[in-house]
Amino acid sequence: MDASEEHPDTPDRKQRKSVVFDTEAVVVEGDGTVTKMASAEAAQDTAQSHAPSTPPLHDALEAITNPNEAPVEEQTPAEDGLDLTMMKKKKKKSKKTEDADGEAAADGAAEEGGLDLTPDQMKKKKKKSKKTEEDELAAKIAALEMGEEGAEEKADEPKEEQSGDMEKGTGIFGHDETKPISYDLLLNRFFSLLSQKNPDHASSGSKNYKIPPPQCMREGNKKTIFGNLPDICKRMKRSEEHVTSYLFAELGTSGSTAGAGQLVIKGRFQQKQIENVLRKYIIEYVTCKTCRSADTELNKGENRLYFINCHHCGSRRSVTAIKTGFSAQVGKRRKMRTG
Amino acid sequence: MSIENLKTYDPFAEADEDTGESKQAQNYIHIRIQQRNGRKTLTTVQGLPNKFDRKKILKVIKKKFACNGTIVNDTEMGEVIQLQGDQRKDVQEFLIDKKEGLELDPKTIKVHGF
Repeated sequence: MDASEEHPDTPDRKQRKSVVFDTEAVVVEGDGTVTKMASAEAAQDTAQSHAPSTPPLHDALEAITNPNEAPVEEQTPAEDGLDLTMMKKKKKKSKKTEDADGEAAADGAAEEGGLDLTPDQMKKKKKKSKKTEEDELAAKIAALEMGEEGAEEKADEPKEEQSGDMEKGTGIFGHDETKPISYDLLLNRFFSLLSQKNPDHASSGSKNYKIPPPQCMREGNKKTIFGNLPDICKRMKRSEEHVTSYLFAELGTSGSTAGAGQLVIKGRFQQKQIENVLRKYIIEYVTCKTCRSADTELNKGENRLYFINCHHCGSRRSVTAIKTGFSAQVGKRRKMRTG
Repeated sequence: MSIENLKTYDPFAEADEDTGESKQAQNYIHIRIQQRNGRKTLTTVQGLPNKFDRKKILKVIKKKFACNGTIVNDTEMGEVIQLQGDQRKDVQEFLIDKKEGLELDPKTIKVHGF
């Protein structure tokens, strides 16, 4: 799924005329929050998810490893569909509350932040089958606390408690324990500790970077209005001029800014096409190549070079300046000569 | 076994003297698209290496992709191949193709546009 998204070089030619602009899909409020009205699915597979996340794989694996849990897990992707449109801040906030609550909230994180922790969960489930002794205990606890239906779900949580064992160094993680620890277990310990101690790091790899989908309207027959450019720029922390010049260079057109920060682009463009260009822009100029975080800043360094400073990992790299290439003469020649 | 010190190569020479040649490889080939009236488009291929004969390439491309095209002489960009229609994917494959293409490195090609 991501492979096709990452290479937006080939737009679907068949759909050229049949695509409907769903401009009402997203409502942007004054304070920057974005609410979804309809067609959540369309937005899900188009606008967001630049960082490679693996929900489909996870789902597939889930189905293989534990078919009983499918209904439980299905909730989280559905929730995520909504989450995608929400602001990044919101997610962070929830992360922070978890952090404050500490260990107790770790269980909640497993359920709430479904997408981020999915690899973890999977491993836990796999591991479960290996370690039977703890599992029995866990099952007993679960049985005490919940009915039969909840047993499966609850079985996850004692695994989180087991990570406490990891910290204390008891059980298989004991200091004088000579039994080799399996890779799965070690990996699991690493991720569970990471998510406990430093939730930001744990989620940075798989967290999606979210921008609202571009709103495209047709002005007349030959122009396209890009409605929410200021909003997107604010979200990306880039100047509008930079984004605009990139858009124009990449689309091979020109345009102007209308009132209220709208961008008028010459030529007919669909939302999907502009999305592809924006995606390229984000890959090129927003995300940090080292840690893939989008928390970066574009600065003009010395001698006309632009640098991206990552606030997350502190790396700094230079990016190429935006260059418009050769543009062929389009339109009537006579007009060019006289005008 | 030879004695390292007797070699003509100076290990303490400035390193960046040697790298001057290899740095020129940053010449990208840009494949762009432009919209014309209606749903017509143009594809431009800019920055082809000089060792290739553009005329011959154009002839092959025209036949292969069933499109017309021309070579435009631009003052800045040099000779640019201009093709009718959206041939970006075709051109890219042609440039990379080992059997009947130009065997270029895919990393040197940049495809622009939507």
